[in-house]
Amino acid sequence: MINYLARRIAISMAILLAVSFAVYLIFAILPFDPAALTCGKNCNNPAIIEANRRRLGYDLPIWQQYFVFLKGLFMGRTFGEGAATIFCPAPSFGYSYQEHACVTNSIIEALPVTLSLAIGALVLWLIIGVGLGILAARFRGRAADTGSTIFVLIGTSLPTFLTGLLLLVFVVVKWRILPYPSGNYTPLFENPLAWLNTMILPWITLAFAYAALYTRFVRNAVIETLSEDFIRTARAKGLSEKVVLRKHTLRAALAPLTTMAGLDFAGLLGGAILTEAVFNLPGLGRLSLGAVIDFDLPIIVATTILAATIVIFMNLLVDILYAFIDPRVRVAA
Amino acid sequence: MSFLEVNDLHVEFPTSDGLVKAVDGVTFAIERGETLAIVGESGSGKTVTNLALMGLLSKRAARISGSAVIKRGDEDVELIDLADEEMRQIRGKNVAMIFQDPMSSLHPYYSIGDQIIEAHQVHNDVDERVSKARAIELLDMVGIPDASERIKAFPHQFSGGMRQRVMIAMALVNSPELLIADEPTTALDVTVQAQILKLLRELQEELKMAIILITHDLGVVAGAADRVNVMYAGKIVESAPVRDLYANPLMPYTHGLLASIPRMDRRAGESGKRLSAIAGQPPSLIALPAGCAFVPRCTFSNRVSGGASRCESSMPALTEHVPGHFARCHLEGASL
Repeated sequence: MINYLARRIAISMAILLAVSFAVYLIFAILPFDPAALTCGKNCNNPAIIEANRRRLGYDLPIWQQYFVFLKGLFMGRTFGEGAATIFCPAPSFGYSYQEHACVTNSIIEALPVTLSLAIGALVLWLIIGVGLGILAARFRGRAADTGSTIFVLIGTSLPTFLTGLLLLVFVVVKWRILPYPSGNYTPLFENPLAWLNTMILPWITLAFAYAALYTRFVRNAVIETLSEDFIRTARAKGLSEKVVLRKHTLRAALAPLTTMAGLDFAGLLGGAILTEAVFNLPGLGRLSLGAVIDFDLPIIVATTILAATIVIFMNLLVDILYAFIDPRVRVAA
Repeated sequence: MSFLEVNDLHVEFPTSDGLVKAVDGVTFAIERGETLAIVGESGSGKTVTNLALMGLLSKRAARISGSAVIKRGDEDVELIDLADEEMRQIRGKNVAMIFQDPMSSLHPYYSIGDQIIEAHQVHNDVDERVSKARAIELLDMVGIPDASERIKAFPHQFSGGMRQRVMIAMALVNSPELLIADEPTTALDVTVQAQILKLLRELQEELKMAIILITHDLGVVAGAADRVNVMYAGKIVESAPVRDLYANPLMPYTHGLLASIPRMDRRAGESGKRLSAIAGQPPSLIALPAGCAFVPRCTFSNRVSGGASRCESSMPALTEHVPGHFARCHLEGASL
């Protein structure tokens, strides 16, 4: 197991290095001059552009820039000299010329928002999806199953931005149950109620779409597992239907859910762009979106690498979890 | 009265295409210590018969009628229409089952020990250590070497034959009076088949249990069974002690089955014959003919007094042609 883990982590590191290099290469190939972008859209002052080019290190050849970038990740990085020096401590992803801040700081501000959004939504959709899926499978062909099918249809066909807008129109504007999203984020430990007020609608929006997918998946997995030979064996032993379902069916049916939930969660941590935009949440998604619109290349590089890191890490976590769930994987590993 | 008496058992599945008569008036009996083989091809109703006995058919999908009375101590229990909870008490305790595919019949996520212990715990209110000792005893009995260590292993760490031994150990953990073995050797190598059949016979002698052996393999039947029921299209078409059946099949279907067994002592090319097969397909269970279901494939019907039309129009009764030897055929005596 230790060997396997060490190997997996080493491979993950290599993949991350390759991803960061690819992102940096795209950065260099793009037909933008990052230095020119630093002084605004209508800036024609070559002196400022050249000064900024040196300050931010865009005068170096691309491979040198990449190494400076990598070095910054581990040791921090200093931009400029003298009185105008800016130091971004490790891990430094560079300096954003639109936000006028170290990229790492922007990310540290946005990350808790996205984390709150993703974790809350995950919990919500797992509860709803697994619960409804089991119910639908258990009462296949009856009212509960039909109801869940309708839920699945609506959930999969409504895009999140529409669900979000509908929620905003009714819950916030018409019924005035919740305040209008201010665009600010209150951390959980500062004011739990305000945090909940900000997060509840985004959670519902995201969870609705995912819960629909999970309901369908769980329903099918449970029905399929119930027809397995080992379930017939369990019944032949004289186990009660409750034990057959809870102990024998669910463990086998829900194992693949680990993979699914892990990867969907990783995808969301990269930023739920639509949901964050609809609810004006200052998370990673909105940060990336803003960076794309403003050509804020250092932030795009950082969020891309961050998203890749999260996906790779979640993959690793899922594989380790799987080994605990399925003994067949343990031996193969 | 016998240990188990099945009387006029019917199992029907209503489908959108019509009523599927999977089991159509099956009657048989079995004593303790006896092995009854039920032989037939896929869809002949042999498995459904036994799933009905075990109450393992979905009540929503299947319509079951008839009677199946089993002796449980001094008491006679009617298995058909038994309440779920009472049926559950019998399942795995008085009647146990082993299945065709030992690869998929064991739960892949639990160790074999856990699965056998669970089977013991359901029916016995004892400490788990007692169940564990019992599980090791049974694994030892079915010939798993180093049982006290192997109990921790998972199904995928065993070969097919070993897994079937584990299934047998699990089935026997509560010393059932009846073991239903549904194609227990079909998925196994021929050498392993012989070992498993030998094991079943030895265990039967030791535990004095009745065995219903479901198979399509007459080779398996020859060595393992006392009595054979041949099923076709949901009906028993011939029933005889095993020797009589092989020596003197009275029903053309049985005759065809026996002729289609490849034999080592006869070359295929001998007398210019290929390995014979019964021509045609088994009938649809939705639109069964009024007469004998085997007529379209039967090569003997022209010899029946009254001709094939008699076979087509009237269903022959299961009659005793020779003492103990029943057949459902209009042919006069042993004229095959």
